[in-house]
Amino acid sequence: MLSLDLLIFVSLIYVAFLFGVAFWAERASDVGRGGWMRTPLIYTLSLSIYCTAWTFYGAVGFAARSGLEFLTIYLGPTVVLIGWWLILRRLVRIARAERITSIADLVSSRFGKSALLGGLVTVMAVVGTTPYIALQLQSVTTSISVFAKGTQNILSSTNIALWTAAGLAVFTILFGTRNLDVNERHSGVVIAIAVEAIVKLLALLAVGVFVVWGLAGGAGDVLARIDASPISQWEVSTGRWIGLTFLSAAAFLCLPRMFQVMVVENSEESHLATASWAFPLYLLLMSLFVIPIAVVGLDILPAGSNPDLFVLTLPLSAEQNGLAMLAFLGGFSSATSMVIVAAIALSTMISNHIVTPIWLRSRGQGATISGDVRSVVLTSRRISIIVILTLGYLYYRISGGGAALASIGLISFAGVAQILPVMLGGIFWHSATKIGALAGLICGLVVWSYTMFLPSFGPEVLISQETIDHGLWGLQWLRPTALFGIQGLDPVVHAVLWSILLNSFAFVAGSILSRPSPLERVQAVQFISAFESGSSARGWQRGATDAEDLLSMAQRIIGAAQAQNLFRTAAQRQGKQGYLPDPTPQFLETLERGLAGSVGAATAHAMLGQMVGGSAVTVEDLMAVADETAQIMEYSNQLEAKSGELTTTARKLRDANDKLTKLSIQKDAFLSQISHELRTPMTSIRAFSEILQNPDLSDGDRPKYARIIEDETQRLTRLLDDLLDLSVLENGQVSLDLRQARLREILDRAQASANVDEQIRIRRSAGREDISILTDPDRLTQVFINLMSNAAKYCEAQRPKLTVIVTEAPAAITVDFIDNGAGVDHANQDMIFEKFSRASDHSKAGGAGLGLAICREIITNLGGQISYLPGQRGAAFRISLPRD
Amino acid sequence: MRHVLLIEDEPNIVEALSFIFLRDGWKVDAHSDGANAVATTVQTAPNAIILDVMLPNRSGFEILEELRSLPDYKDIPILMLTARGQSKDRDIAMARGASQYMTKPFSNAEVLQTMNALVGHLP
Repeated sequence: MLSLDLLIFVSLIYVAFLFGVAFWAERASDVGRGGWMRTPLIYTLSLSIYCTAWTFYGAVGFAARSGLEFLTIYLGPTVVLIGWWLILRRLVRIARAERITSIADLVSSRFGKSALLGGLVTVMAVVGTTPYIALQLQSVTTSISVFAKGTQNILSSTNIALWTAAGLAVFTILFGTRNLDVNERHSGVVIAIAVEAIVKLLALLAVGVFVVWGLAGGAGDVLARIDASPISQWEVSTGRWIGLTFLSAAAFLCLPRMFQVMVVENSEESHLATASWAFPLYLLLMSLFVIPIAVVGLDILPAGSNPDLFVLTLPLSAEQNGLAMLAFLGGFSSATSMVIVAAIALSTMISNHIVTPIWLRSRGQGATISGDVRSVVLTSRRISIIVILTLGYLYYRISGGGAALASIGLISFAGVAQILPVMLGGIFWHSATKIGALAGLICGLVVWSYTMFLPSFGPEVLISQETIDHGLWGLQWLRPTALFGIQGLDPVVHAVLWSILLNSFAFVAGSILSRPSPLERVQAVQFISAFESGSSARGWQRGATDAEDLLSMAQRIIGAAQAQNLFRTAAQRQGKQGYLPDPTPQFLETLERGLAGSVGAATAHAMLGQMVGGSAVTVEDLMAVADETAQIMEYSNQLEAKSGELTTTARKLRDANDKLTKLSIQKDAFLSQISHELRTPMTSIRAFSEILQNPDLSDGDRPKYARIIEDETQRLTRLLDDLLDLSVLENGQVSLDLRQARLREILDRAQASANVDEQIRIRRSAGREDISILTDPDRLTQVFINLMSNAAKYCEAQRPKLTVIVTEAPAAITVDFIDNGAGVDHANQDMIFEKFSRASDHSKAGGAGLGLAICREIITNLGGQISYLPGQRGAAFRISLPRD
Repeated sequence: MRHVLLIEDEPNIVEALSFIFLRDGWKVDAHSDGANAVATTVQTAPNAIILDVMLPNRSGFEILEELRSLPDYKDIPILMLTARGQSKDRDIAMARGASQYMTKPFSNAEVLQTMNALVGHLP
């Protein structure tokens, strides 16, 4: 048995060797001797990080459990690479033209440089990659524990995982964040993983050769064993095959680490052509001995052995320690290379799309010094790497490391595959919009979490058994394993089918229903035409135009002074006097940027294109122009709305002013009315007082004049009482004495007090008046007296008659007072309730014209209404009172 | 003969003014409504008028204006009486041709004196 100490010692030597390789490669690259590193071979080998510990150990386990199905994991990438000219070439070209640094950057840039989308994709990538990193830690741990079996176990498995994670963090920080490169290329790391690619391939081939010709009796014997083994009996489920192949193809395109090596680290488009056959070949070699190892392992090793570890346990069982060590290093290489590249890719995404935006925003504007940003970005990347590995470690601890390697890998694959619809839509479909992308990504993330990620921790950890059996909120069609009631599907196929379907549907629907912003339009044209035009889409050829024409156009757009300034500066830079620089590509670009500030990027581009002629104006450009115009129109509409608001405000002010003026006029009128009403009786009093002082007054006149004085004094007193009453009522200071009372008693009392039975006959219907009502009886009596007195005073009929009618309705009680006189003119009906208004002449009224005003105030205070009832024979007033 | 027409709607004030002028030897006529005040004036042909401002149906100012527009009445003494007591009313009255303006309540002697002064030479 191999000693554990030796194993750890060899591992450390191997790691040191990798350090050395990476360090040396970086140095070589720095001094410009790194040309050999950017060869198709290295590129192809770097793609091998697709083959992680999952493929190294897990493929055998996969084969032992489900036969040939493990091939799907290789089929997907093969399909993608064979069709490289369709998607990969486009991605690489776009990434080059747009300086794309990660898949989050790709999605964000495409949809109008949306920070939100960048952040969302980053989060999805982290969530999708975490189980994968945990998987690598688990494989390293279990493989070490195989060697530790039987020896004194000084290292617990969690300790091994922790140390592995820490070591990987250190390596990644050292070589992944050594400096900031605009292209985000890491030659040291790439060389190291190319070396690891060779190690793992050699290890697997060596184990395979040993198993076939060492343990078994050669190829013929192995074929016989395969025929006899249960592996050949596995039925191939077409749905699962298609599902898994699709899934691995999607993951191959969307996995952050694959995007990193395949797109970001790609230095030449032509490398893709080589990789398109070389990498499938590599995969073929990797899978060549999977079935033989699985079959022989199942035959030779004791029942119950973990097939995920056959690659290690077969050599060990034959005491081939050197081979076992090589196999271990192969697995170790697979795990570490994946973790390192994934951590680099994710840390770039986290720092570019989450940390930096937040940091810049928190700093406010104008505080971004270059050196400052660099240190912040590097620090945030280093911290991100630690966070990512910590997350992977925690996932490993929480999930308990129990799930089979393959199933964890599939969960990750399905998670990152959610980015596929948006990514493909972004590079092929003009009308894809940011809203659509957000909708699709969120939808996919939610469905994936619910159907796959959360249940993966096992029941009762993050999702209850109740929910798994009976659906969310007890809704059967929301069962995580049988969404919409579709049962019997393989769980993986089920989750992938629904998440991708709903994701794509939301993406397409959202895109169709929303309108892209001009920036999105521009980016869409950039991305999609990046491929078609064959070169950078926006570059200007040396223009066949006159600088003077350009100047006159620019003056019209950005103003004379600014345009002249721009042209003179450009001319100076070219070493020319005056205002007319040569229309070089650089100058045209500067001019375009200058114009874009005023009219928008797309319009500026289209305008220049029209004049220079070098670049045709496409339909997309025109659409973008139309969009910008629409935005400008919207802006001017907003201005119009603002000016409308101003007009409204001005009108309101004018209205308020009118109201104040009216109030002031009313106040004047009121004062002069009061003056009139007070002075009139005072005039009589004073005149007759003087007359009474006359000694030779007849005895008949004296008491007559004295009575006039008395009457006028009473009139004054009444007026003052009324005024005070009204003022109290109007100010709402009246205290009502509410209690239950019989309406009939109130009317009786009013009739007695009014004392007008001699002047007018009052007809009532006692039966209908027998109603109990909650009111202030004294105040209501006052109103009734007033109406009865008015009728007596103003009704000019031969035989004056006043009819009082009480009507009960569910909500109100109405009391009508209708006389048989001439009634009130239509013109006066509105104003009789106003103060000092009198429809008839003063002499007859004998009051100040406050009676009805007081009535109205009382009834309003009691919560009711009083109104003149037109259309009756005589004057008619209706009082309606609320019922309780 | 001195002949005054009282255009006033308050019966008690009409009674008081009638008493004063009758005792002083005037002939007195009274009219209580704004509407046909001018017709009554033409009909009774007084040589002095006491005119209230606030009358039913037509304001004293309008009556004053119409009277002054008639050749026969453009110089007739007209004393305006008002209970509204605002200086604005005095200005309007004087601008429209009132001979004199007084605010209620008035002193009997003052009204009599003013009217006698306005009528002047008449016995």
